Amino acid sequence: MYFIRRILFAIPLLFVISALAFLLVHLAPGGPFDSERKPASPEVERNIKAKYHLDEPVWRQYGRYLGDLLHGDFGASMKYQDHSVNDIIAQGLPVSMLLGGLAFGIALGAGIPLGFFTAARRGGWQDYTGSFVALLAVCVPSFVIAPFLILIFAMKLKWFPVALWVTPWHMILPPIVLGSYFVGKVARILREGMLEAVHAEFVTAARAKGLSETALLLKHALRIAMLPVVSYSGPMLADLLTGSFIVENIFQIPGIGVFLVNSSLNRDYTVVVGLSLLYAILLIGLNLVVDFAYTLMDPRVKYE
Amino acid sequence: MPFAKRARRIFRRARFLLYWSVVAMAAGCSRREPPADLVIINNVEPESLDPALIVAQADMRIVSGMFEGLTRLEPVQAHAVPGLAESWDISPDGKVYTFHLRTNLCWSTGEPMTSADVVYSWLRALDPKTASRYVEQLYYLKNAEDFNNGKITNAELVGVSAPDKYTVRAELNSPTAFFLDVCAIPTLAVVPRQTIEKYGDHWLMARPLPVSGAFDLVAWRLNDKIRLKKNPYYWDATNTQAEIIDLLPVGSPTTALNLYERGQVDVVWDKELIPSSLVDVLLKRPDFHKFNYLGTYFVRFNVTQKPFNDRRVRQALALAVDKERITKRITRAGEMAAEHLVPPGTHNYQPPPGLGHDPERARKLLAEAGYPGGKGFPHFEYLFNASPIHEKIAVELQQMWHDELGIEMELRQVETQVFWGMQQRLEYQMSKSSWAGDYDDANTFLAMFVTGGGNNETGWSNPHYDELIAAANNELDTAKREKLFQQAETILDHDEMPIIPLYVYLGISYFDTNKVTGIWPNMLDDHPLQSVRKIKPQK
Repeated sequence: MYFIRRILFAIPLLFVISALAFLLVHLAPGGPFDSERKPASPEVERNIKAKYHLDEPVWRQYGRYLGDLLHGDFGASMKYQDHSVNDIIAQGLPVSMLLGGLAFGIALGAGIPLGFFTAARRGGWQDYTGSFVALLAVCVPSFVIAPFLILIFAMKLKWFPVALWVTPWHMILPPIVLGSYFVGKVARILREGMLEAVHAEFVTAARAKGLSETALLLKHALRIAMLPVVSYSGPMLADLLTGSFIVENIFQIPGIGVFLVNSSLNRDYTVVVGLSLLYAILLIGLNLVVDFAYTLMDPRVKYE
Repeated sequence: MPFAKRARRIFRRARFLLYWSVVAMAAGCSRREPPADLVIINNVEPESLDPALIVAQADMRIVSGMFEGLTRLEPVQAHAVPGLAESWDISPDGKVYTFHLRTNLCWSTGEPMTSADVVYSWLRALDPKTASRYVEQLYYLKNAEDFNNGKITNAELVGVSAPDKYTVRAELNSPTAFFLDVCAIPTLAVVPRQTIEKYGDHWLMARPLPVSGAFDLVAWRLNDKIRLKKNPYYWDATNTQAEIIDLLPVGSPTTALNLYERGQVDVVWDKELIPSSLVDVLLKRPDFHKFNYLGTYFVRFNVTQKPFNDRRVRQALALAVDKERITKRITRAGEMAAEHLVPPGTHNYQPPPGLGHDPERARKLLAEAGYPGGKGFPHFEYLFNASPIHEKIAVELQQMWHDELGIEMELRQVETQVFWGMQQRLEYQMSKSSWAGDYDDANTFLAMFVTGGGNNETGWSNPHYDELIAAANNELDTAKREKLFQQAETILDHDEMPIIPLYVYLGISYFDTNKVTGIWPNMLDDHPLQSVRKIKPQK
């Protein structure tokens, strides 16, 4: 029941988001057809605007947009005139999702062991080293990591291609770059959760019963410490799946991350709104999944 | 412990699913396509491949390979040579062009192409509904401008007709010396009527797509690649050098260079795709080529406002600029400092002497204008759009005017989409500008500044200048025409200075001449795809 209510509640929320995105992007100065060359004549300018209904009041444009949206049509791109927004999403989203999914795997696959390890060895040199690595991963931005990895592994050692997205071989460096920040983030969240959990009463009780430290950490502390990681995973996955401007740009990957940024620079109205909505849908959906996962993982959590 | 078991099972299943979905997607992504004969990085994803809609030069390089006009540009100097038209006659007054089409013309689908297709294509570009932004290229035709403006609706009044199947008659407003070059611009290329009428705005997605040029469009994936394949029905197919060409849309210079260095691409042919921090080092290599380009970087004054409504002020500011300092310190590729708007090397044109660099005279002029030593000179803003080069130039200018003239300039950086509108509405005092020629003739630069010209954008107006440009465009004699343009340009960038030319752009491309042939440096940076070929390694 609770989840059905949540889903129903998401619908008006998406309307609000689409309306806000629509309004904000129209309010921003400059338009999609401003360019170095002035339109040859006022008539041409009028015709361009009429073609995309930009000559109508914003509320009517929004109404028209909503009407199309209900038919699953996100409209035509104003910058890439031969393509529709659906086209852009259909071509770019699978690529971004694959990239994001791989980065997500790396974030959890490397972040959880790292967090666990540093927490298990808290105070030791392994903790300091591990925590430093995690901090580094969070602090160094991808536009620094990417050229660095490309220089070493693609240009010098020639193990991987420098860019493009063709074979599985091309799909190694970009997810690492994209995932590195989240590796550090997950490790830090998990470590903190672990340290908190080991002080919980039930852990003390388990320890008093004579449970080994490893079993204690693995069976009891990790389970509790995973909860904040799970709740962080929802928005993290939404972030990762919608692609990354920097990583897609540096590795020339045909995802939608590039469009997400460029469309707002280009004032490509329909693409901005369409991709904002897509992001919102993913975010709301994944948060729902996270909450659902909570009920599975933590017996204390119940939704009415 | 039921929870732990359940969780473990869920995790195991999730892991399994994740693993196989990754494998499946990876397999799905590695499409099996035959390798291309030639891979070119052409600049960013094209805005469109519709000849009537494109504006960017990089987009035109692709589209020219797919759609041809009555003439086409030859690869060496980019001069117009016969394309779909085999020959033409020009009336003695230079106003009527009669084109004779080749009789063996076919669409890539095998259907015959006739003069009616040419007339349709030109009228389609002119149709206000097409909303072409590059349509001025057709305004040389009689009544074309009025038709495009909706002042006349009868297409038969426009100066293009098809007296018979293989003849196209073009009637012009005035003898237009460069009209044959204009005929090679993609806006005037021949496009397939039936496909356009059937598919509307999405006609380029039709497969098979009938093309009039050397290459078929076989794949177009956004931000991924455009694949062209030789069109066997093209009239000159025997001279098309490559079978399959891949064009990669890459916007990052570093990525372009990396791909080139690793041998993933054969050619990078856009001046914007060389990392600016490495430009001086890379240009020493034999596979990096630079050449004169038909484009100028300059500064616009808004002459409708104080203090730039005073000619002496504009001249003083121009005289105080040390242009060499900009090319040596900032652009660093060996650009030529510009004294003129029209780049040296433009066909049939030699620019007149410019104003030069003379800080002493600049100070004198500024004093004459009422600002001795820069005293009392109002603060003003320099408008530019976000880009490292524009910013560095702005700072350099700020410094020079401060040091030489004692005047203060503030910098105002805005987003590119905001910048164009502000410049067009004259919401600026001084602004960064540049212009690349549409065709190899002085007119493409000088006609910009006639009174009320769409791209004038300075508020400047000079009746004598307007007369000279009009006279030049009515003149059939090349030498006399050049004189008239020179007089006009003297007014523009010596006497009146609504603009300060800073430097002439360089074209830059990189490819190994031992591996790739068929690319020549030319002013238009135009390289027909059909002449490029990879040299097969000799065994």
